[in-house]
Amino acid sequence: MQPESWRSIPLVSRLTAAAKPLARRGFLKLSAALTGSIALGANSGSAEPAPASPPADAPWSQSLGAGVVDRPYGRPADHEAGVIRRNVPWLTATTESSISFSPLQDLHGIITPNGLFFERHHAGRPDIDPDQHRLMIHGLVERPLVLNMKDILRFPQVTRIHFIECAANGGMEWRAAQLNSLQFNHGMISCAEWSGVRLSTLLEEVGVKKQAKWAMVEGADGAHMNRSLPLDKCLDDCIVVYAQNGEALRPEQGYPLRLVVPGWEGNVNIKWLRRIKLGDKPWFSREETSKYTDPMPDGTSRGFTWLIDAKSVITFPCPEKPLDRAGLYEIRGLAWTGNGKVKRVDVSTDGGINWQTARLHEPVLSKALTKFTLPWHWDGQPALLESRVIDETGYVQPTIAQLRNSRGSNSVYHNNAIQTWQIKPDGSVFNVQLA
Amino acid sequence: MFSSRKVSLLLALGMIIAAGIFARAAERGHSSPNQKPGNFGYGEVATPEQIAGWDIDVRGDDGAGLPLGRGTVERGSLVFAEQCAACHGTFGEGEGRFPKLVGGAGTLRNDRPELTIGSYWPFAPTLWDYINRAMPMGTPHTLSADDVYALTAYILNLNELVPKEFVADRASLPKVKMPNRDNFIWTDPRPDTAAKPCMNACADPASVKITTTAEGKHLTPRTTGPLDTMQPK
Repeated sequence: MQPESWRSIPLVSRLTAAAKPLARRGFLKLSAALTGSIALGANSGSAEPAPASPPADAPWSQSLGAGVVDRPYGRPADHEAGVIRRNVPWLTATTESSISFSPLQDLHGIITPNGLFFERHHAGRPDIDPDQHRLMIHGLVERPLVLNMKDILRFPQVTRIHFIECAANGGMEWRAAQLNSLQFNHGMISCAEWSGVRLSTLLEEVGVKKQAKWAMVEGADGAHMNRSLPLDKCLDDCIVVYAQNGEALRPEQGYPLRLVVPGWEGNVNIKWLRRIKLGDKPWFSREETSKYTDPMPDGTSRGFTWLIDAKSVITFPCPEKPLDRAGLYEIRGLAWTGNGKVKRVDVSTDGGINWQTARLHEPVLSKALTKFTLPWHWDGQPALLESRVIDETGYVQPTIAQLRNSRGSNSVYHNNAIQTWQIKPDGSVFNVQLA
Repeated sequence: MFSSRKVSLLLALGMIIAAGIFARAAERGHSSPNQKPGNFGYGEVATPEQIAGWDIDVRGDDGAGLPLGRGTVERGSLVFAEQCAACHGTFGEGEGRFPKLVGGAGTLRNDRPELTIGSYWPFAPTLWDYINRAMPMGTPHTLSADDVYALTAYILNLNELVPKEFVADRASLPKVKMPNRDNFIWTDPRPDTAAKPCMNACADPASVKITTTAEGKHLTPRTTGPLDTMQPK
């Protein structure tokens, strides 16, 4: 359309035309709603006795809506205000060194919206000026470098979809079923499309010396969070990313720069990344000795347990989304593995006595969330729902009893046990553990 | 003369070959595995001064990276009272949910082990590194090297791992043998379960029993409406 012809349409006539279909009564209702003088019911747009709907129009069908750029960035519908990250107040001393959980019960795909991606901070969320941010790469390298954000954006770009899961996801459930919630038991996982530069590209640019076997990666936050990573993993599939689901990283996710270590525990995916140092040995930092290690019953502890083992969970039904009445439902869930791709997911409705293979939904990507569904006719009787993933290495997700048999129950991390949801005849759902 | 049909066939062939080369180049991210350092030439070579400014890491097992400086247990007790005690308690006993820094010796085989610096941490230089990089929580990385040495000495003394005359410095800290040093296994033994994917009649129905339930435990924050502070009304 030519700009001139656009301008030739008189604004007044456009507005008049739009207002014409509005009846006088509609105008009154609209103005009442705008001034807040009528309390709107949860599912009704009108204060009058609920008209047969359909076919009667609701106020939003008989009025002019908000224009473009009314919300220049955009946000979810007001009615979705309860779909938010949540925390467990009694879990940590402060919110600055704490965790929040993604509301998996309200998500329908494999991508976590940026505002709902779980958070784990050790010294709060820094708000970094990208113009002042630098990445230094040094240590056992030929040519130590300082890169600014413009430099980093010039390198060849890769885009990949990967989950990040905190190693402590489900950590409160080692001893017993405790929290009656999908969000709080499994919400330390999120999945996004990440864009950035392969770490191997940056390491080739600085030139890795022969003696180098490890990398120390460090953040610019107050915790100066640091972890050691074997050089092989750095050269394999790690990405230094600046974008998440197409837009710049959120500050909570490491703006302007973070590391993504596909398939490994969240803690090594250093946010606010500012330094990479190569060395010949690991650093044994606080976060890989006193934390993110796994105490065993014999008094020994496992360290450098980076891998996220295969795990799955039914996201519908769940404690937050109970069943209504007997009838046909679709059981829905998510599966993932740090080993690569999900190969199969089985679902049981009788506590693991009998299993049926669920349908996997494309795309099934390596080290990404994978969606599964299975139709289920609920007869209104008590049921015990479980899902079990098998990954491409043949690894089978264990029960909590099998995990305890191997590791005891003093661990915090790496609980990838099968989740059991108890369905009661009224359709309510509870988190339980089985013998 | 070429017919227009032949020309377009040749063109198409050429485009296919070009596309193949381009795709392979793109796969490699237009860089080869053995390219020379500085191939792209972006950024600046880091100067020794720049590196020194950020090169704060100290390696746990041998203390590599510990700076000059020293600190006594006595000095540490003063710095601790001023900078640390509000959260960690005067003697490292921990306030509220803030971490305890002492105790737990001999509990690692217990049903509920107490994991502290004294009972669990494998390496003393890691303590210097962590205090230096992350503490005090509200003003991290603001203490002098001497004060970090002093705090390290004080906390080790609280755990009865060094005498009150101990002076922490780059030579003495790596020599402190932490009680739990040799009890870590640094190679991941997983997979450590070997479940089989049985499909039918996998368990005796009588054996399928609920052992624990989250129902009625009142530990779960609300998952609708505004954030739940779980404070008594």
